[in-house]
Amino acid sequence: MNAKRSCPVLILGAKSDIARALADQFAARGHPLQLAARDLAAIERDRDDLALRHGVPVSLHYFDALELDKFEEFLDNLPELPRIVVCTIGLLPDQDEAARDSALARHVINSNLTGPVLILEAAGRRLSALDESTALIGISSVAGDRGRARNYVYGAAKAGFSAWLSGMHQKYARSRLHVMTIKPGFVATAMTERMDLPKILTTTPERLARRIVASLDRRRIVHYDMKWRVIMAIVKLIPERMYARLRF
Amino acid sequence: MKAIETISGWGGWPRRTCRISVPVDPFHVADALTGASAIARGLGRAYGDSALNPDCTVLTRRLDRLLAFDAESGALVAESGVSLARMIEVLLPRGFFLPVVPGTKFVTFGGAIASDVHGNNHHVAGSFGNHILWLDLLTVDGDVRRCSPGSDVSLFQATLGGMGLTGIVLRAAIRLLPIESGWIRQRTIVAPDLNTAIDVFEANLASTYSVAWIDCLARGPARGRSLVYLGEHASQADLPPDIAAHPFATARRSARRFPAYAPSWIMNQWSVRAFNHAYFQKGCRQPSDRLIDWDRYFFPLDSILEWNRIYGRPGFAQYQCALPLVAARDALTDILDVTASSGLGSFLSVLKRFGPGVSDRPLSFPIEGYTLALDFSLSPAALTMMDRLDEITIAAGGRIYLAKDSRMTQRTFEAGYGTGRAALSAAILRSASNRSFASLQSRRLGI
Repeated sequence: MNAKRSCPVLILGAKSDIARALADQFAARGHPLQLAARDLAAIERDRDDLALRHGVPVSLHYFDALELDKFEEFLDNLPELPRIVVCTIGLLPDQDEAARDSALARHVINSNLTGPVLILEAAGRRLSALDESTALIGISSVAGDRGRARNYVYGAAKAGFSAWLSGMHQKYARSRLHVMTIKPGFVATAMTERMDLPKILTTTPERLARRIVASLDRRRIVHYDMKWRVIMAIVKLIPERMYARLRF
Repeated sequence: MKAIETISGWGGWPRRTCRISVPVDPFHVADALTGASAIARGLGRAYGDSALNPDCTVLTRRLDRLLAFDAESGALVAESGVSLARMIEVLLPRGFFLPVVPGTKFVTFGGAIASDVHGNNHHVAGSFGNHILWLDLLTVDGDVRRCSPGSDVSLFQATLGGMGLTGIVLRAAIRLLPIESGWIRQRTIVAPDLNTAIDVFEANLASTYSVAWIDCLARGPARGRSLVYLGEHASQADLPPDIAAHPFATARRSARRFPAYAPSWIMNQWSVRAFNHAYFQKGCRQPSDRLIDWDRYFFPLDSILEWNRIYGRPGFAQYQCALPLVAARDALTDILDVTASSGLGSFLSVLKRFGPGVSDRPLSFPIEGYTLALDFSLSPAALTMMDRLDEITIAAGGRIYLAKDSRMTQRTFEAGYGTGRAALSAAILRSASNRSFASLQSRRLGI
């Protein structure tokens, strides 16, 4: 990625741990930050921390991923059009509840799929029109690679998100807009804190963020951890009949 | 956000299963207080059971934001879970250093406040709390009170060194020290025995930093032989030209991790005696004056992560006492005699001159005189010997450092801290809910 160090980075869903770790990486490289989230009060401390530690300008912007018709207005109102847009928005529900409660299921799909793809689509139109190197980064999940009884509502939404990003990548392949899909496995964040994750397969937000930025430098299309690439390749090969009998 | 985990302090003993809660930000700390009692825990560097509570141990690791810095006044505002390492990393390149640092940079801001930690400059700068401008304390009823030397004074003073028993510090402001470089001018003075070491300290009270490594196993005329290290922040003029061009660019030390628990026979009287002898001889040969970077000067042990594993699985205890000036010489002699004759001893024994303490901080450790810190592998013999050391300390009018303690008795605590407990409970706000802040240590000592 040869985007200039001084170009602003917009982070959507800035309250999450992965968002904060990414903000840290970009700010350390000198990028000004635009942090967007619904709960602005909660990220004021991040703004202060990032600005103090890295000496870059950090601005906060109200953004609700479910207000689909306000996305154009949101982008128009940014003080400056960012050159890199990162979407870290995600919502992991209780699977049983989400499968039973249609309102919750819709909420999960809108939070993980509808909102993220539409804001990135709108941002993509603006960024691709610039005659400079720009990037869109979507944080999807390995959960989207194959449905699992334990989390398929979330998984289905992430599958849709990954597919949309893959399509966007192809669409913009000849432009200077680079579209990158991130498929993390387990990450130790507030979202997964109650879960008992296998240590060897779990990364930290900081390590993930470093690798995302490195992947962007190399203009990777999909970022996968090597271990997860192998695991998911195997999981995808299992025939449905056999898959049905597995419990994991 | 609750989990059950078996945790311990830095000494590895005691280990207890505790309910852990990790509030995501300062606004959610009150929600985390669910047990009948709770205690805050930072990076777990207190040696014993100060930051253990089986009902509810609140980790402050997500309260790790730096919030504001004013280069005019040097005032830094930060959340309580920020490590001192991070503060130094961010502020040193801007020409500021912490006014007081303990022996490791891997402690949190909140932990340093709660233990009212001291550094090698205690005789001139006092303890950590002397530099705190204000702090936001979450009290037992869920209120957040901003305490400072100007408001809620008794709660403020009780929180400095209060071992987390007054509440949970959410954020605080500290005045940093402007410096010209990241280097220290170190002078090493070889003291062949304890009396000389004390004379060296007394003759160098004007020096900013002073601390001694002491050979706690040397006997006879060499008893208490020491290497006294004096230090001053190097100014621009003190630096050779190549360093002066980048005065804050000290080499980043690569830290190594101690790979595993060592077998417990590693620490025996011969290996420790041999180490101490070699260390002393090396100190004698080194040039007495040299320039040394801040990291190696203040935090020599931080380059070996998890060094506590050298004491093996049973863990270890650090015995750190403070002795009043008038009684220090005799009491130190007695303590070294007991230690040396037991053959139990540590390779990092530290002697330090304290300036006056602050009397209205009920549980703050420093009192004017001398402090000695000795590490011991845990064993029945070591515990019995430390009880004997307690008697010497109490008889001299001294006290034990709560941040290091895992084993003293309530009687020893009461003898050392006098009316501290009463003063602390007078300052603590009571709540209708009957909830309280408590640790295994505070229960053991009846605080």
